[in-house]
Amino acid sequence: MTEPTRFLLSGASLYGERTADILVADGRIAEVGTGLDASGASVVDADGLVALPGLVDVHTHLREPGREDAETVETGTRAAALGGYTAVHAMANSNPVADTAGVVEQVQTLGRRAGWAEVRPVGAVTVGLAGEQLAELGAMADSAAAVRMFSDDGICVHDPVLMRRALEYVKAFDGVVAQHAQEPRLTAGAQMNEGIVSAVLGLPGWPAVAEESIIARDVLLAAHVGSRLHVCHVSTAGSVEIIRWAKARGIDVTAEVTPHHLWLTDELARTYNPVYKVNPPLRTDDDVQALRAALADGTIDVVGTDHAPHPSEHKECEWAQAAMGMTGLETALSVVQHTMVESGLMTWRDVARTMSEVPARIGRVADQGRPIAAGEPAHLTLVDPAARWTVDPAVQATKGRNSPFAGRELPGRVVATFYAGHPTVLDGALNTPHPAAESAGAR
Amino acid sequence: MRHLLSTHDLSRADAIRILDTAEEMSAVNDREVKKLPALRGRTVVNLFFEDSTRTRISFEAAAKRLSADVINFAAKGSSVSKGESLKDTAQTLEAIGADAVVIRHPASGAAQRLATTDWISAAVVNAGDGTHEHPTQALLDAFTLRRHWAKLAGTPSGGTDLAGAKVTIVGDVLHSRVARSNVWLLTTLGAQVTLVAPPTLLPIGVEHWPCTVAYDFDEAIDAKPDAIMMLRVQAERMNASYFPSTGEYSRRWGLGDERFARLAELGLADTVILHPGPMVRGLEISSTAADSARSQVLRQVANGVSVRMAVLYLLLSSGLYAQDATAAHAKESAS
Amino acid sequence: MRRIVLSAGDIDRALTRIAHEILEANKGPEGLVLLGIPRRGYPLAVRLAAKLAAADPAVDPERIVGQLDITMFRDDLARQPTRPPARTVLPAGGIDDRVVVLVDDVLFSGRTIRAALDAIVDLGRPRSVRLAVLVDRGHRELPIRADHVGKNLPTSRAEKVRVRLAEVDAGAGFAEDLVAIESLPAQEEAR
Repeated sequence: MTEPTRFLLSGASLYGERTADILVADGRIAEVGTGLDASGASVVDADGLVALPGLVDVHTHLREPGREDAETVETGTRAAALGGYTAVHAMANSNPVADTAGVVEQVQTLGRRAGWAEVRPVGAVTVGLAGEQLAELGAMADSAAAVRMFSDDGICVHDPVLMRRALEYVKAFDGVVAQHAQEPRLTAGAQMNEGIVSAVLGLPGWPAVAEESIIARDVLLAAHVGSRLHVCHVSTAGSVEIIRWAKARGIDVTAEVTPHHLWLTDELARTYNPVYKVNPPLRTDDDVQALRAALADGTIDVVGTDHAPHPSEHKECEWAQAAMGMTGLETALSVVQHTMVESGLMTWRDVARTMSEVPARIGRVADQGRPIAAGEPAHLTLVDPAARWTVDPAVQATKGRNSPFAGRELPGRVVATFYAGHPTVLDGALNTPHPAAESAGAR
Repeated sequence: MRHLLSTHDLSRADAIRILDTAEEMSAVNDREVKKLPALRGRTVVNLFFEDSTRTRISFEAAAKRLSADVINFAAKGSSVSKGESLKDTAQTLEAIGADAVVIRHPASGAAQRLATTDWISAAVVNAGDGTHEHPTQALLDAFTLRRHWAKLAGTPSGGTDLAGAKVTIVGDVLHSRVARSNVWLLTTLGAQVTLVAPPTLLPIGVEHWPCTVAYDFDEAIDAKPDAIMMLRVQAERMNASYFPSTGEYSRRWGLGDERFARLAELGLADTVILHPGPMVRGLEISSTAADSARSQVLRQVANGVSVRMAVLYLLLSSGLYAQDATAAHAKESAS
Repeated sequence: MRRIVLSAGDIDRALTRIAHEILEANKGPEGLVLLGIPRRGYPLAVRLAAKLAAADPAVDPERIVGQLDITMFRDDLARQPTRPPARTVLPAGGIDDRVVVLVDDVLFSGRTIRAALDAIVDLGRPRSVRLAVLVDRGHRELPIRADHVGKNLPTSRAEKVRVRLAEVDAGAGFAEDLVAIESLPAQEEAR
């Protein structure tokens, strides 16, 4: 059986701005216009749906290799497709760590075999994430995976000399260091945001300054060596101020915020339910409002999910014993619609910018995050902004059951995802992986 | 009241109900037959993930005086130390048929986890969770203070609160579940609480607590408190730079002989000293102070049994019906 | 529907008669202790003690009355909303080797008295225990009977017997004592 390769997305609202048909043929957008000829094409009724370029996540934990009980490339990219993503950056904290050309090529191959989305491996900055010695960044950059983003995410590159060298070194191949900003000594044993709630709950506090001091240091280092810095999951109002200051000085820094930090606060820790335990921790409502404003005004460039699935036993325990992290791929777009679009802070055009275009540029993903225009690769997401649905982790594609939005009603539903011209998601459900996946598997 | 997890969420009415019930329990403790049949056939599990012989035997005595069956589960050296999860332990206790679980745990929130998950249906009593709360300790402290002041006033303590009383709590507030539980409970009962500690041993956010904060113990004594509660200080905090040395801590924040003598100089004849125990003599409190007539330490221990009896009774004597005043009234009239 | 069956005067006369019966049965006031069961048994015990003193000047009413709380001894604790216990107060001389007269307002199933007998065992060893009640409404579920009864009231199980005493109920608008029978509305009874 050969799968269709021509699709007419009829009556879609491009970026929520104007209505047009989109003709997809052989992996590319053949034509955009009104009253396009549907002959020979499968028609997807996109009336009332917003068309966006396929979403690109700069921050995903796919857990494979090593923690296949938590997630695999297969399950993680299924979740990505359902969330409207056509590309994800797979963080390096797997086991073995993605700190060699071999591991990053393996992750990339797993992604190709799965065929649900493009998997862009992130290389570790230091060997084994140990923060002592640079990993072979050049080898990973030159490998088939062509790594451009490097991160020890989960752990901060806290040694200032090592951070400086990493920033300098990646200039050789247009790389970027994505920093997990967390001063380790100030956060030893930390369990949640340090403030009014932690004082009452008796949980060791995680001060905002532990994040802000590292960001301040890193933007100064990036300026000094003339390199590119990306700040992962910014979580405090103070961090926003520092990044705003750095950008005003012309420093080449980009920043990311997670969907959960745009909505949830440390008040949720009062439940002691570890589903709300995450790194960096949920902060206060003042921080949430500052992060929303920063994403709207461009101080924060992108939304990254920090999708971090965990097996249930790592969450069904005491708070202090629980793992940090939340799933996010299948809820990100809805949460952004709720927090940013429905609040009037952003348009769908801004959503395209912060969830597709700029993420692709930061990760140097050449044919993602492109305009919806004739001749461009057909990475597309159709979302029904009027839909409402209730989050049930048990029916999600990710193996992780640790969604902090479980039981909440969210707006917006991904109806279809086209990855390189192929619908990985249709009618809001998984369809089939990209047909090229099989050939990748045969390699 | 299904569980007793904290004093933060305890209403004034519930607190007074517990204290009044404890008064009646205390009368039983003075009798020759120190036993009541109220919890006959009920099983109380003391689930202790931390060594605390004092608290454990207090709960054990309380449960036994109410005729409950008591199972002591010390997690050290058991399956728990071999990696069994709290969830599996809880489900085991459920299968055994525990009606109440008294839990002491090093993790803040462990008691609330037991109470709010579907792991176990038993009533949960928090016997100290990490640096969060120790509600029965605060209740026994309030009980001790209430009795002390009722005795001075020559009135019965039943039904009364602590309105207007000045209580000063001194020591490592940051790591103290006793301090947290006392701040909430004593202020709920109308007392004015002052915390005295080195700034390093106060939590960020303490300025939002319903109490005043001071760094100078001498000034706090000059403000003529009605009660001084000393908290235990672990000498190893010194290694994490919370204070420079035990000597300096003792001089600035200890209840030494000079400060103790100052109470008499100020004419504070009725000011009492409390300590949750175990005391570190010479560090936070001198032997003179600890052994003085002002010291309520042994009364606190005795009152602990009465308060824990009251808590177990109130949580367990009603197993099937929720709190409902109308139903209680109807039944009473029909008798 | 409410029907008053004993007025304040009826109650007073009944207590006077019970007081005399107690003295007669005991051949005088020697060793008598009256223990009222909260809430309304206690004021009745106090009134009986006063009547004993009126009949026999050797009686010091203060020294023979006590209160016996039976909450913790009930057999239906787990089936009821939580009841905070009331106080148990014994006369100065205790109850060892005394003749204890339990006093309650209404005798119904007998379970309260069963609990009271258990409670007494934990407090001492009386020479004998007797029972005085203002109303016996029948429907016993245990082999218990009263020694002194103010009034036998045949009732149906669906009816409620309400005793109101000034000491307890004045705040609720009952300045005068009374005993009434309330029947439930017919439809409710039919259920």
